[in-house]
Parts: sequence; structure tokens; C-alpha cells
Amino acid sequence: MSDAPALRTRLAARGFDGITLLVLPAALLIAGLFIYPFAYGLYLSFRPKDGSVFGNYLKFIADPYLYETIGRTLWLALPVTLLNLFFAVPVAFRVRLMHRQRLLTTILVLPITLGTVLVAEGMLNYFGPQGWFMRSLHLIGLANFGSFRLVHNYWGVFISLIITGFPFTFLLTLSYVTGIDPALEQAAATLGARAMERFRAVFLPLLAPGMAITFCLSFVQAYAVFPSAVLLGQASGETRVISIAAYQAAFEQYDYSMASAIAMIMAAVQLVIVTAVLALRALAYRGPAGGGKG
Amino acid sequence: MSDYSVPALKPISKLRAAGSKLWIFSVWALTLFFVVNLIGIIAAVITSSFGTRWLRAWFPAGFTPHWYISAWDEFQLGNILATTFEVVGAVVFLCALIGVPAAYAMARRDFAGKRAFMLLFLLPLLVPSVTFGIPLATVLYKFGLGGTIWGVIAANLVPTVPFVILIMIPFIEQIDPRMEAAARVFGAGTVRMFLHVMLPLLAPGILAALLLVLVRTLGMFELSFLTAGPTSQTLVVALYYGVFAAGVRPVQSIDAMAVIYMVTSLVWLLVALQFVNPTQIVARSKRSAGP
Amino acid sequence: MNANASFKTLRLDQVGRDFGAMHALRDLSFEIARGEFVALLGPSGCGKSTALNCIAGLLPTSHGSIWLDDRRIDTLASEDRGFGMVFQNYALFPHMSVRDNVGFGLRMRRVPATQAAPRIERAIATVQLEAQAHKLPGQLSGGQQQRVAIARAIAIDPPLVLMDEPLSNLDAKLRLEMRAEIRRIHQGLGCITIYVTHDQDEALSLADRIVVLRDGAVRQIGTPQELYAKPAHLDIADFMGFRNQLRGTLVQQNAFPANVSVGLQFGDSTLFGFTRETVSGGQAVAAIRPEDMQIVGAGEAGVDAIVDAIEYRGRSFFASAHMKDGQKLYFASADRLELGSVVRLGASPQHVLVYSGA
Repeated sequence: MSDAPALRTRLAARGFDGITLLVLPAALLIAGLFIYPFAYGLYLSFRPKDGSVFGNYLKFIADPYLYETIGRTLWLALPVTLLNLFFAVPVAFRVRLMHRQRLLTTILVLPITLGTVLVAEGMLNYFGPQGWFMRSLHLIGLANFGSFRLVHNYWGVFISLIITGFPFTFLLTLSYVTGIDPALEQAAATLGARAMERFRAVFLPLLAPGMAITFCLSFVQAYAVFPSAVLLGQASGETRVISIAAYQAAFEQYDYSMASAIAMIMAAVQLVIVTAVLALRALAYRGPAGGGKG
Repeated sequence: MSDYSVPALKPISKLRAAGSKLWIFSVWALTLFFVVNLIGIIAAVITSSFGTRWLRAWFPAGFTPHWYISAWDEFQLGNILATTFEVVGAVVFLCALIGVPAAYAMARRDFAGKRAFMLLFLLPLLVPSVTFGIPLATVLYKFGLGGTIWGVIAANLVPTVPFVILIMIPFIEQIDPRMEAAARVFGAGTVRMFLHVMLPLLAPGILAALLLVLVRTLGMFELSFLTAGPTSQTLVVALYYGVFAAGVRPVQSIDAMAVIYMVTSLVWLLVALQFVNPTQIVARSKRSAGP
Repeated sequence: MNANASFKTLRLDQVGRDFGAMHALRDLSFEIARGEFVALLGPSGCGKSTALNCIAGLLPTSHGSIWLDDRRIDTLASEDRGFGMVFQNYALFPHMSVRDNVGFGLRMRRVPATQAAPRIERAIATVQLEAQAHKLPGQLSGGQQQRVAIARAIAIDPPLVLMDEPLSNLDAKLRLEMRAEIRRIHQGLGCITIYVTHDQDEALSLADRIVVLRDGAVRQIGTPQELYAKPAHLDIADFMGFRNQLRGTLVQQNAFPANVSVGLQFGDSTLFGFTRETVSGGQAVAAIRPEDMQIVGAGEAGVDAIVDAIEYRGRSFFASAHMKDGQKLYFASADRLELGSVVRLGASPQHVLVYSGA
């Protein structure tokens, strides 16, 4: 009896009491539905059907139909992410000065909310050979019907990743840009810095860490492209991305071991790129983007 | 200080002013181009869903509402909608039950290993759903949950519970802890303190977080797709199968389903936007998280 | 060469700024000579920050013009004006060291590093931050950050230094220290300093001239002495410590002594003073500082009041009282007065300022 309060006191001193226990259900849920499946997937990936340990991974490296998916995925995800970021920054800089941003941000949040499947369905019509986009191009004399296609190929997936990815990148960038104290720009202006110089000397260094995070999150989204690669691309050809390979292994060949191996490879490639970007970020200034204590 | 001099600034040129105008113009033109195409995509779906015959023309030959009736029957939308709302309702309820208390503990207690917990909650948001969805589906099938509505609910909890936690932590942190202390001084126990003091204060934050969860779950394709069976499809999964099997059914019928999906999502989005900033849908509010 | 070295005056000519239908600033006109320290004083929302931002070029003006001698500058972009500005929250570049912050303006002017370095060091020495020059702003205290902000503004040798409530984020003790610093730095520079504040003590102690603003318009321009002794309006008097504001009835010209300009009657007692603005109608307000109110003999001009409270203030007592009609009075007293006792309070006419009662 005399020990009980002492133990409670000692635990409370380290921050453990009844309230702390409230974190457990959520932690157990994530452990059970995220950590465990990942660990199990990793384990399963080393238990291929042929009984060896690295069979799945060797098969992946040996089969161009499989290993080329990495290149195809990156060939979509990297340019799209960079392009989105490249356009998001200047637009965010303009929108930052707007008084009524709400309408624009609301419109831009639509494709994120509606998701890739709906955008794919809309694009099949809108960007299709007889869709409004092609008709408009034809009308102003930029293209003839049938001279090129914007769906069922690389560009279909590319455009869909821009349409769902740009708003995401933009809204994230906007939240970083508006986090920078406007007085910093004013200070730079009074000190003689022109718009370009203000951007280069003040905004860019302060934005860089946020841009690294934005790049990673946007890249990860684009990298995991799945429904639009199937619906708008050529699922067995130039847009056979890695998630399609993993899906087919699991749900068409019922080879869960192979599917897990592909998922692990997918996670690993992603990790390599994200780590590289975050390592670059470590070189930049990281700290408050405010002008003072305030 | 006048013994040294500072060179005067470069004179302003008309060219620079024109260049800056051109730059601003192109940024807006580009944004407008994007928005116009975006609206075009959505409008195309809506137009098609009401169209009779639409071939090689700017607009359909005529307009009719009957695709909605046929889509309702063909895709068994009644069942699908019921399943969708069961899934969404369960996910929202469980998120509130599990996520909010966890956020409270994370915001109010500084315990050993808190950073590890934080990482645990961040990971499901950083790893794309396809990547963890495949091993997760494998595990769910192993335990017999795969293909059932419970599997779909479980899978959807993985990104949403951490999402609620991350949104709620800064919201709880900005509530003065002395409020709880005061409640305790006046004799409220933990449960009563939570019900009578914290809950009313937290209500706006919880509401916002749960609405965002609702919108995200409605649109969550990958996880639902990987874990759903024929009887546990949500609306977005059904839409995918509809588009995937295009040609089997008339495109207007698929578009009608797409519009129904769009309306269900957008209604909730509009409700959610009454309470949250659009940027919060992609990122937790940095404003409230900041010092 | 320094384009700004030879200027003589800064002139504002009917400068105005509207936000929609709201006039944030109206017809601001004054001229400042080189070497002068001018404070823009007023409560928040009076337009003083708007005025400063218009001069700095951070806000376009809606009306009027701004001139540096005969060169019109209100059409120039902020970066082309070459003024130094100190921001309320300092606005230091958080990713640059103190030295780089101070040198920013010189870098933007493409001053070669060899020439820039001694200027930067000199500006840092002026604010006495030599030991902190390599640090990032985040590693400095509030007062040190404020010094960096000043050094950064003066490093470009500007004709005009603009300060936007620079001391409002500091604690009381530091504020007094920095006040003296700012005055010292200004005197060393020989430029114009325009200083925005809502604190009349700051304005009185720092400025050569004070521009009092209210609702976007000028209320009074004058030296600290003029403002302190002869506020032009009742609201300024209130600002300047005229705590007693007694509403009374104007008495006929023939009823008061020849050497004063006005008399006010409170019941059966009278106070004499000088008008500061046109008084008309039957009513007016007499403004008197508590320290100028004294207990006087029964026959002298003054008002009768009943003592309500009295507190010890070191050298003397500070008392509050009320007149028969309920108006409150504050005054200093050498003795501890009995609560509830009736005293007669008077003030010499040059300390009684009479304003229109409207």
C-alpha cells in the first residue's frame, strides 16, 4: 500500500498517468493496421513461392516487365512533381497578395476532394479525341482532330497528375508562403531589393525547407499513381507503373509474396528519393520564418 | 557618417515595369487556364450525364434525366450508397473515439517516448496508401476481413486516425490548461471535466477534423479498392469499376454515377469549408500549430 | 557619389490614403529639415502607420505628393527611395547573420565587399553589437534585435530613417535605454528621422517636433514644449496629462480680470484661464494638470470639492475629490487631508486651458 503512491508519483513525474493512456488505442490501431502489415509484408516478401529467400527480388531485377516499372513511375512522378512545384511557387506568390483567396482555393481543392477516379472519367471526355479541349484547339487552328492524343497514353496520366497534383502542391506551398512575415519583404524593399532580389535573397532561403517537404509529399502522391495510370494510360505499356505491377501480382496472380516484395521495393525507392531531398534540406536554414520575436 | 558614400540606386527603367506586368499577367493567365480546364472536366461529366446522344459535336443532341434512373438500377447505387455511408459513418465515429483522446494525451502530457508516438502517427500519412494498402490487404485477407465491410473500415482508419490526431493536437494546445485546472479545483472529476469543460471547447475542432475525415474517406479510392469485395464497394470504387469497364455500359450512365458521387462529396466539402480553410485539407493548419 | 548627401528638406504636400471609402489619411502636409527628429503621435488607427508606409513607399498614396527637395519621390517604388526603415517586429532576415542583415542594403546596391565591410562594421559599432556580429537574429535578445534593425537601416546612409513603433515590443527598462540610444544615433547621423509612436512620453522625449494625428487628420504640429504646455485640442490635452477636465458655464467678459481670456463658472465658484480654441455657446471645458491644482484660500478663485480618496506618493499626497455637481477632480496636496473634508481648489490662469465644450 505504501509503494503504490510512490510508483504513481514516479510515473507521473515522467509524464505517465491516466491521461497518457488515452494514446494507447490509437497507437495499437496503427501498430496493428500499419506497422504489423508492413513487417508482415517484408517477411512475406522473403518467402517466395519458389522457396528461396530472395527469389522475388531476383525475379524483379531480372524481369524487364517488372523492373522497368520503376523507371516508368519515376519518369511520370519526377517531372510532374517538379512542374507542379515550379508553377505553384509563382502562383502562390501572387495569390498571397489577394484579399479574396477563398474562391480560388475552394476551386482548387475540388480535384483533391473528388479524387483521381472522377478526374479520370472527366478527362476521358474532356481531353478525348472529340472532347471540348480538342475541339477548342481545332477551332483556333492549333490542331487537327486525330493529330495527337491526350488520353490513353503517357500524357493522359501526366495531365491527370497535374490536375490533382498541382492544387495539392499549390495549397501546401501557399501555406508556407503565407507563413513568411510580410514585413521581411517590406524590409528588403526599403533596403533597395528589387522583386527578383527579394525573392532570391529573402524568400527562397526561407521557403527552401518547406519546398523540400512539399516536394516530398507531392512526389509521394504522384509516385503512388494508380487509378489514372490504369484509366488514362496504357496499363500494360508506357504507363505500367510500379503500383500496377504490385496490384496485378496480388489480385490477378494471387502471389501475395511477390506483391509484398514489389510494395517493399516501391517503398524503398520512395524512401531513397525522400531521404535525398531531406538531406539537401538539412543544408538550408531551418527556423522560424518570422522577422522577430513576435 | 558622411565621410563615405553609398552609390545611388539604379534608375528604374520602363522595361522593368513592363516585364513585371507581363510576368504578373502570365501567372494569372496560367492559373486561369488551369481553372478553366478543371471546370471543363467537371462540366463535361455533368453535361454528358444529362445528354442523349453526344458524338462529334460541342453538345449532346438532347437532354434527358433518364440516365440517373438507369444508373441507379444498373449499378445498384442504393446498396452502394448504403455501404458507403456505413463505412464513412463508422470511420468518422471510430476516428472521434480513438483519435481525439489520443490527441488530448499527446497535447497535454510530455511523456518519455512521445516523439516515437508522433513518428508512429506521421508515418501512415507520409507513406502513400497503395504502398501500405497491398500488405494491409494481404493481412486483412489472412484474417478473413478482406472483402468485407469491416476490412474497408479498418483500412480507412489507418490514414484518418493519425490525421485527426495531427489536426487536433495544435487545437488542444491552444486551449489554456488552466481551464482544466479550474474545473478540477471546483471539484469536477476527469470524466465530468472532459464532458462539461473540454468537449464544448473542443467541439469546433473536432467537428472540423471529422468533416475532413468524412470528405477524405468518401474520396479514398486506393484503400477501399484494395480491401473491398463485391458486396462492400464504396461509391468511388464502383465508379472505378464502371470507368474501367467502359463500353459495357453507356458512358452517360457512368457519368450519371460520377455526378452522384460528385454531389455526395461536394455537399460534405461545402459543409466542411464552413469550418476549415481549404489549405487544411492538404496540410494541418500551420497557423495554429505555430508558436 | 551619394545622391542623397545634399538634400535639405522632406516635404509632404496634402498626402492622403484611402482604403475603399475609408480615409485612412487626409491632407497630411508638413516640411522637415535635415537633421530633424519628427514623431508621428496618435492612438492606434489614427493613420500614423499609414503615413509612414506612404513615405516609405510600402503603400501607394491616393492623393498628394512627397518631395525630397525638388525631387518627387512618391511615384518611386520603395526600393528606389533609399530610405532606412525600422519595423515594429524588427523584420530581421532570420537566415542571415547580424553582419549580413546589416550589409543587405549595401549588397543590393552592389557596393564591393571591400568597401562595404568597414561600413557594416561601423554601423554595428554604432549600435554596440560588435560581439554579436556573427550570430543569427534568433540567438539575440529583443533589445539586441532592435539594435540590428537600426544598424541595418542606417548602414545605407539614408536621407531618411523611418521607425514604426520600434520600442513597443520591449520591456519598460529596455525601452528607456533604447530611447536614449535612438536619440544618440540620430544626432550622430544628421539625417531626418520620422518616428511613429502611440506613447506621448516617447514622442516628448525624443522628437524635435511632434505631429499629432487623429482619425487620419493632423490635430496639431509643434515642439514637445508647445504640445506639453499648450495642447491645441481637448483630446491632445487629455493625452498630455491634463487629467482634470471640468465642464462649466462661460461667464461674461466683464466679470473676469483683464489679463485672462476666459472665465468658467461652476455653481457659485469660478476659474479663470486662457482659451485654446474658439469657445461658443454657454458651455466650455477647463483642462488642468493635477499638479497645477492647489488648495487656495476661501476668498480666491477656485472650486469647492469634497475629498474622496487620498494616497501617499512619496513627496506629496495625491487626492481625488468631487464637486457639488458630481464632476471628479484630481490634485496634489502637501498634507494628508481628511476624507470627506471640503477644500477649495484653484489654479493660476496660465495653467487653465479652456476648450470648446461641444
